[in-house]
Amino acid sequence: MNYTPQEMMTVAAARALCNDDVCFVGIGLPSAACNLARLTHAPRIHLIYESGTLQTRPDVLPLSIGDGELCETALTTVPVPEIFRYWLQGGRITVGFLGGAQVDRFGNLNSTVIGDYARPKVRLPGSGGATEIATQCGQIFIVMKQGRRSFVRELDFLTSLGHGRTGRERRELGIRTKGPTLLVTDLCIIRPDAETNEMVVTSRHPGVAREEIAENTGWDVRFADTVEETAPPSADELEVLRDLHARTARAHGAIAGES
Amino acid sequence: MEFLTLPQAIARTVRDGDTVALEGFTHLIPFAAGHEIIRQGRRNLTLIRMTPDLIYDQMIGMGVARRLIFSWGGNPGVGSLHRMRDAIERGWPEPLEILEHSHSAMAHAYEAGASGMPCAILRGYGGSDLARVNGQVRFVTCPFSGERLACIPAHRPDVTVIHAQKADREGNVLIEGIVGVQKEAVLAARSAVVTVEEVVEDFGPRSANAVILPSWTISAVVCVPGGARPSYAHGYYPRDNAFYIAWDEIARDRERFRAWMQANVMDRKAAE
Repeated sequence: MNYTPQEMMTVAAARALCNDDVCFVGIGLPSAACNLARLTHAPRIHLIYESGTLQTRPDVLPLSIGDGELCETALTTVPVPEIFRYWLQGGRITVGFLGGAQVDRFGNLNSTVIGDYARPKVRLPGSGGATEIATQCGQIFIVMKQGRRSFVRELDFLTSLGHGRTGRERRELGIRTKGPTLLVTDLCIIRPDAETNEMVVTSRHPGVAREEIAENTGWDVRFADTVEETAPPSADELEVLRDLHARTARAHGAIAGES
Repeated sequence: MEFLTLPQAIARTVRDGDTVALEGFTHLIPFAAGHEIIRQGRRNLTLIRMTPDLIYDQMIGMGVARRLIFSWGGNPGVGSLHRMRDAIERGWPEPLEILEHSHSAMAHAYEAGASGMPCAILRGYGGSDLARVNGQVRFVTCPFSGERLACIPAHRPDVTVIHAQKADREGNVLIEGIVGVQKEAVLAARSAVVTVEEVVEDFGPRSANAVILPSWTISAVVCVPGGARPSYAHGYYPRDNAFYIAWDEIARDRERFRAWMQANVMDRKAAE
């Protein structure tokens, strides 16, 4: 079956989730990946959106973080301060999904600004929940399309801490959660080196050459000693994902679910 | 609490230079009230809101705001807020000063305001440059554990404006669905205006734990059916996702934005 790089990325991210996870979900690709996991191999996964919807089971992907669909299919809906205090800061979330405009070799993320903060070239939306999601979830999965403009040597702004600018900042700051353990792109899977925390390519998606990965990374990207090949999306995974997107498009009258 | 018209409620509570919070987390965004603030020509407001959304894009683009305190400024699921970006990047129509937080910090700051506390303490901003660019983010040491914790001032708006489903005849207000930070934002403020979908005799059967704001915590209640459109009101109408997508084009261009605001906000008076 044919599939797009975007579908490969979503499927690879979904596979990393399991039934025991309590997952803090962001809009867009993370939401697609989390719901794909729920509709395939992880039916008991608990999805939480920052609008306060606990254990939600949306039939279509939400366009915004607070769509009515999330509330109507949730076990319960709590106030926003409670989500951030009891559930996130309280340490109840096992996995947080994040993306951003820029990522660096230690999995630090920028979703705030391109250029100088005071005189921005491009003003981005900002942190939202990301800054504390990055430090308070048990571990972080990052999903981002790979390219030289987004996979940069140096961030313009550090919104959400990965392993810090030195790779060792979490421990120095007394942060006990793991931080980024997985970075899934449309080309490959990247994981932190056990000693340095530098993000290292561990698996190439089918048909992707090392050169292509290197060309689309703004730093001198390293490859693990053994680089595996990612299993292509199965027919079942693709069918469920495409159905989900089709339902979403019908519901929103747009291609919102694709982004 | 008084039942007022929307022009009366805004005229009596919102003054030039005030700090104003319009809250509603995707759900129950008080658009009609925001439009009335624009129509009354308020200036130099400090606007507080977790997710500025389209309503603050409109208010900022019409020159209402001097300062914005926020944590996520985008068009949810669509992209940028072009008017907000124009104000920050190019100072149009007025320069906009920003104080930028994370969601967690904003939620904590509202809770602290509602609690009558001067500041909020959270385990936040770890390793983030936000702490470097926002001078209101400080750090304190926990006297018991020695842990370094973030500390930010409480939100104490002059006025909070929210939209809710129902008020009863006494002016008590019921909020259902995604309740966001509205209760905290109202209790943190010196005065509060609530627009509602309908006024009912009484709320009838409800959960013993329903989110209800007593009338004596509110300055004015205004019946404005559809007052949250194009956002949604749980139990009344869905979110107009098509409009959120259409806004991207409308707001991209200054002239087109102004023409849209003239036709759809300035030339449309609220019920007297």
